[in-house]
This record gives sequence, C-alpha cells and structure tokens, in this order.
Amino acid sequence: MAFGFFKSSKTPAVSETPQTAVSDFEPSAKRSWGQRLKSGLSKTRTVLTTPVGDLFSRHALIDDALYEELETILLAADVGVEATDYLLTELRTRVKRDKLADGSQLKSALKAIMTDLLAPLEQPLDTTTAKPFVIMLAGVNGAGKTTTIGKLAKRFQAEGKSVLLAAGDTFRAAAREQLAVWGERNQVEVVGGQGNDPAAVIFDAIQSAKAQAIDIVLADTAGRLPTQLNLMAEITKVRRVIQKADPTAPHEVLLVLDANTGQNLLAQVKAFNDAVQVSGLVLTKLDGTAKGGTIAALAKRQPIPVRFIGIGEGLDDLQPFQAGEFVDALFGET
Amino acid sequence: MFDNLTDRLSKVVKGLRGQGRLTETNIQDALREVRIALLEADVALPVVRDFIAKVKEKAMGQEVLQSITPGQMLIGIVHKELTALMGEQAVPLDFATQPPAVFLMAGLQGAGKTTTCGKLVRLIRERGKKKVLLVSTDVYRPAAIDQLQTVAGQAEADFFPSSPDQKPLDIALAALDHAKRHFHDVLIVDTAGRLHVDEAMMQEIQALHKALAPVETLFVVDAMQGQDAVNTARAFNDALPLTGIALTKLDGDSRGGAALSVRQITGKPIKVVGVGEKLSGIEVFHPERMASRILGMGDVLSLIEEAHRNVDQAAALKTVQKLKSGKGFDLEDFKAQMQQMKKLGGLSSLVDKLPGASKVGADDIAQGEKQMKRIEGIIDSMTPRERQRPELLKASRKRRVAAGAGVTVQEVNRLLNQFEQAQKMMKSLGKGGLSKMMRGMKGMLPGM
Repeated sequence: MAFGFFKSSKTPAVSETPQTAVSDFEPSAKRSWGQRLKSGLSKTRTVLTTPVGDLFSRHALIDDALYEELETILLAADVGVEATDYLLTELRTRVKRDKLADGSQLKSALKAIMTDLLAPLEQPLDTTTAKPFVIMLAGVNGAGKTTTIGKLAKRFQAEGKSVLLAAGDTFRAAAREQLAVWGERNQVEVVGGQGNDPAAVIFDAIQSAKAQAIDIVLADTAGRLPTQLNLMAEITKVRRVIQKADPTAPHEVLLVLDANTGQNLLAQVKAFNDAVQVSGLVLTKLDGTAKGGTIAALAKRQPIPVRFIGIGEGLDDLQPFQAGEFVDALFGET
Repeated sequence: MFDNLTDRLSKVVKGLRGQGRLTETNIQDALREVRIALLEADVALPVVRDFIAKVKEKAMGQEVLQSITPGQMLIGIVHKELTALMGEQAVPLDFATQPPAVFLMAGLQGAGKTTTCGKLVRLIRERGKKKVLLVSTDVYRPAAIDQLQTVAGQAEADFFPSSPDQKPLDIALAALDHAKRHFHDVLIVDTAGRLHVDEAMMQEIQALHKALAPVETLFVVDAMQGQDAVNTARAFNDALPLTGIALTKLDGDSRGGAALSVRQITGKPIKVVGVGEKLSGIEVFHPERMASRILGMGDVLSLIEEAHRNVDQAAALKTVQKLKSGKGFDLEDFKAQMQQMKKLGGLSSLVDKLPGASKVGADDIAQGEKQMKRIEGIIDSMTPRERQRPELLKASRKRRVAAGAGVTVQEVNRLLNQFEQAQKMMKSLGKGGLSKMMRGMKGMLPGM
C-alpha cells in the first residue's frame, strides 16, 4: 500500500518504547500540543492525508468511485464497517442537502461529520472532586496500563498533586517490580504488599492514602482478556472492594486500550464496561502507524469519554483527547 | 477463537442454502457478506480483496459443474482458499543446526514476547527434551529482565542474568557464549518491544540478528491487532529475515484476522499460537485445522493431539487396567478423570475446539467449571474408604461430607447419582478408550 509510513521524521530515541519511557522521561522540547499531536499522528495522517489529499484533487467531481476509495481508506484506518457506513451515508446526505460539488467541500464535510461524531468523547478528567481521588486502571494484556500509570503519576505530580500507586497487578511476572522500580526513581510511593489478592493491595493503598492525605491514588490491575471470565469476575470484585475502602470510589475507572487493536477494541470496551463500569478511556501507542480510527467506531457504538491519548514516548505525549484537533491532525491540518 | 468469523460465515452460507443455483447475483451478495465478515475480523483490506477475488474466480468456474449444494460448495471454496492463505502445511520450529539453536523474538510493545518465551520453553522441552537457556536484552522497560527471570523460573529453564546498564548486543553475545560452553540445545533471546518506525531500535535488533545468526527469528503478533498489522509485519519482515510468526492472545474473543494478514504479507508461516495466560498455553499452528475452525467445523484434531500430550498416560492406563481387571470404577477414578480434563485446559478450552461450540454460552462453561470444582470438593471431603465404596454413604455420612465441602446434602446426592451413571457407562464401555470416557463425562455436566 502506498501509505508511506516510513516518511515519518521520527527522531531515533534511546529509550524508544513507551514502556521504557516512563522511567527516563526527558522533558521533551517545548512544542505546542498541536505540533506534538501532529507528529504523533503523522503516520495516521499519511494514511488519511496522502490518499485523501490525492483523492480530493484527483476527483474534481463527486462520484461513486470517490466514495468507494474513501470507504477503503476509512476501513484501512480501523474505522470499522459500521462507522464507515455511517460516515459515508451521512456524507452523501450532506452532499445532497448542501449541494456540494467538488473535492475540497467533500473533505470539510467529512471532517465536520467526524468531529461531530467524536466531540461527545471529549471530556477531560477532573480529579478535584474527591480526596483521595481513586483512579482504577484496567485493560487487556499488553495494552500499556503500567506505563500509563507512570505517565499519569508524573502528570499529576507536575500539577502539584501528591500521588500514590497501588501495585494491583499481582499476577504477571515482575509487574510489581516494574512499578516499584519506577516509583523509586520518581519518588512516588508504591503500595505493593506481599499478598496475591489485588483487591487487598488496592484497599491497603487507599487506606494509606487517606492517612497521608494523598490527592490521587492510581490503582494498577493485571491485564486480562474479556473471555477469561474468572479474571473478569475478579476485577469486578476489585472494584467492589475499592468501594468498601471509600464508598464514593473509584472516582474514575480508566480502560487502557492499545491503538493497534482492531475491531476487538469494541468488545473490550463492552466487556470491561459490564465488569467495572468504565468511566473513561486511554488510547495508547498512537505513535506507531496505527490509525486510531477505532475511536470513530467506538463513538458510534459505545460513546465513553476518551480522557487521554498516548502519542509518543515522553511524559508530555500523554495528552487529553481533543476531538477537533484530533480530526485536524488526522487530515494533516494542525 | 475466531468465533465471530465462524458465526458470520455460517450465516452467509445459511443464506445461500435456500438457493438452487449459484448465480452471479447471489454469489455477489454472499461475497459481500464474506468481505464484511473478514473486515470486521480485522483481516487487512488488501488481503481481503485478494481473497474475495480468488474465491469469486473459483466459485464462478465451478458453477456449471455442480450447482446442487451451493452452500457446501462455497464453504468448500472459502475453506480451501483460507487454508491456502494461511500456508497449507504446519511448519514446525527449526532446531536443525549445531547447538545452541538460537531463537530471536521480535515485535511491538505488549505483543507478548516475554510470555511467549516461557511458553516456547514448554513446547520445546515437551517435544524434544532440550536444555534451554533464556536471556533478556530488554534493558529499557523497568523490571523487564525480572519478568523473564520469573518466567524462566516457572518454566524451569536456565536463565542468563543481565542488567539494564548493559548493552543488548553484549548481553546477547555473553549469553551465546554461555550457552555454547554449557551445552544448551536452545538459546531464546527476548528483546525489547519496539515500533517498526523507530529506526534506532530496528537497527539494534538487526545488529542482534547479525551477531546471533538465529535459526528462528520469530515475529510476535497480537491476534487482536487491526488493519495496521499489515504495516508492522511488512516493516519487521523487511528489516529482519523472519522465519516464522508467533500469534498471541488468541484465546480472546478477537477474530484473529491479523493472523491472515500477517501470514499473507510476510509469506512466513505461523509457527506457534499462544492461548491463555498459563505457560502450557501454546499450540503448534495448523493452517488446515484453523481454516476448518473458522468455518465452524471445529478443531477436533488439535484436541486429540493435546490430549495425548497433556493427559497423564500412566494414570489413564491405571484406570483402564482397573476396568479390565473387573474392579469397580470408584470415586477416586471419577476425580482423576476430571483432573485429566482440567489438564486439557478446562472446559472452555475443550469446548472451543469442538464443532458447534459457539452454541455453548460462556456462562454455561463457567457454570460447568464451577460444578467440576464443587464435585472435586465433595469427593475430597470423603474418606478413602467412602471413595472406594460410595454405597457406605448414608444420611449421617452425607451430612458430614456436605458440611466438609460446604455444599448441601442434595448436591452430594446428585454427585452420587451422576457417579452411578458413570459407573454404568464404564461397565458398558468395556475396552473403550479415554476419549469415550471423556465424552461420557462431558454429557454429565450441566449446560453442556
């Protein structure tokens, strides 16, 4: 495919992986958030831009072939069959209604439709409503939960808040160590405990946070697949036990999603929502060539606010989701 | 596995069943459905296009010859093409080199490289009793090395220690030297997850590959990956001479379309498949069987193979001999049978491999597994004598057993009834094999 993802002018990083990045963030060069999103989404953009740009200039008139190519591009960006159908149907309606005739008008119409679709997902996380504000993280294996916790902790610290981490992934080999090592390097307290019960570990962490008047508790959990019913039941229990420690908690249940994931992302959101009532999403690994089009599929099927997106390795690259800028970046117009 | 794709294709064919002949129009509809199914299964668009084109060509060609059962015909063609797409034959892991045979793992972050390392140890050793050494060159992610060390411990493999202040290449070379001097058959080199657009990191793994000259360079892919699987696979394939693919997290409810895409783009065989979080959750990939499974024909062959591998042959033999010698089948045997089933990965794993499995709901399976646990608890609460002679269990003993297992007396009664049936079945079974016994047991569990 002529997506040309190698075009990206990504600077070779020593600590390349998002996984790593938590441990040794360099305060990245002061770039505007728009620039960062743009570079983070550069690959996504090449996918949507290059062909879309070509399309709009190649097709002076709006015809079926243009729609078909547009469909191809959306599908290849993981937007999914359902959302793609919706977007194109909507586009056809607007073309008729507004009597659009040429390519550039079609582009802005498509952008407007996408922005409308994604706008409801743009709801920043407010952590001031409770103290400690308990955030529970969940997700499938390898989505980037522990890494995201590191980035979030740094972020909250930078806002002048005190943070405590609960190493609730008691299953995966060395998960606790991963968090502990990170906590040590960054002077963040990590409550681990020796037990194998994640609920107990997190319960202790919340008690400890209360005693120390900590602002935010970040509770890690082990990765699990929605088909592992016993593990899904376990995470439901974790949530219940958190409620015991603080009846108003968890104040936020963040589901961490890998942008590389295909349509299974929808199944993940549904399953985790059923199990722990997800209140917000984090979309990680958008700095690869993954398109993140699944967000559109999600907005159509199950709109849950996207709190943050991960568009790079640095601390600054975990950013609040902004629908307008996201769509702009998708179309290469930041 | 692949449930959605299976379901969808079944529906497509059901739609075709009413039709008398394959016509250009009805095949068009069916193919459109297949296209949507494959896309929703995350098979990459270019791969889908190729596939549809091939199926269409084949289907149209055969139309005149046999138009009696269009559904079967189309499913046959789709199956054949799917198998071809996934590579016809199962390709085993390669050890054919002067030891140590080096395995190099590569992939994106969070694909499941480290877990797969541990699982590979199991697979390698169960098949060939090899001496395996594990080493991690992931000096970036905190505690990544600790993770592999823990995994190595669980898999009972040797571990070559490394530390985050070393260079990956130095670690790899030291480990290779160690493996040579200690006569290891296989050295598995875990690497850090990396983005294929990260040039520095791709150069690092290229250097590792050059220095190690691995006999297997496995690209680890998350089965849940979407359309982008094509891009990552192509980039890794361009950067490294991959020898095969390890497909992970296939026990999720993802459609696993990435498997088809990656296979098609790289042209490299899928050699192993990771299912479940246990270290035993690894299977050899069988393209033909997987195609059957996609089409809802079940994966019975895989199940049989797994039964051979995991079932304690000695224990099974003991039961058979007991039967032959005329001694009764007692509750101890009943429990042993149940444990054998557990070794096969539990009910969910079994059901997954049987045809028509999609009919059995996940809740039913969970219920069944729960029930098995309770039964075990009840048997455990009996004295050895009671287990051998269940007829001893009268009201008072039943109450004691029920209290011990934390169940009601009714449940104890139910178990005893089930056991009686099993005993009858065993008697009529004669010399019947293990598989027959298992089938019999399965029927006894609720919701199955």
